[in-house]
Amino acid sequence: MITPLENIIIKTLCRLLIPFIQLFGLYVIVHGHGSPGGGFQGGCILAASFVLVVVAFDLPEAKRRFSEKLNNIFCSLGVFIYAWTGWMCLLLGANFLDYGILNKILPVNPVMARYYGMFSIEVGVGITVMAIMVSLFLDLVTGGKHEEALDE
Amino acid sequence: MKSLAFIATIITGALLIFATVDFPDWGDPNSPASLHVSPRYIEKTVKETGVPNMVTSVLADYRGYDTLFETTVIFTAGITAVMLIRRPRK
Repeated sequence: MITPLENIIIKTLCRLLIPFIQLFGLYVIVHGHGSPGGGFQGGCILAASFVLVVVAFDLPEAKRRFSEKLNNIFCSLGVFIYAWTGWMCLLLGANFLDYGILNKILPVNPVMARYYGMFSIEVGVGITVMAIMVSLFLDLVTGGKHEEALDE
Repeated sequence: MKSLAFIATIITGALLIFATVDFPDWGDPNSPASLHVSPRYIEKTVKETGVPNMVTSVLADYRGYDTLFETTVIFTAGITAVMLIRRPRK
């Protein structure tokens, strides 16, 4: 079980660092189709910032910032976004995950519709990877007892 | 039995090493891998998808199914870990 750590240096440093780590994670996800990066990498960076919260502060504090229920929703929300981007293409009359047809609902030409289709699936991948990494970390580090830790 | 497995391993390994002789040279532009779909991706990625990053265009657009089920594999792995390890609140 994670015990609270009373160290003002670590806490202050992490409080300063975490926003920048999260900003970098979002940058890696959002620029995934323009530069090296993407949903998998950016999701891992976002999850790493959350791991830093758990390590530097304690479990209830981390749970207060990012609740278990929200994490469970995010786990499936990413796959949902990805699959529904594919289904939208299918419903508009093209093949599954053929993003060019999305220009019927987006005010852009088919080439840029592919660009935004890729963007939306990268966001989906990022959300799922982040939530699953956080969930795995919490389960492994507390032996699966982190829900009971909140009640104590 | 152990020596039989050892001999089988040696023979298979020797065959695999023998097969590497036929490999194309490292970075050979005339190797089959560089002649089939790679030129098409290199030439048409920006024109067809508007994305300057070729890796992402292959990952997310040309091979979209692959990435969808990669994400599903991660999702399944996480859910399995939750089912196996997590103790529910009493």
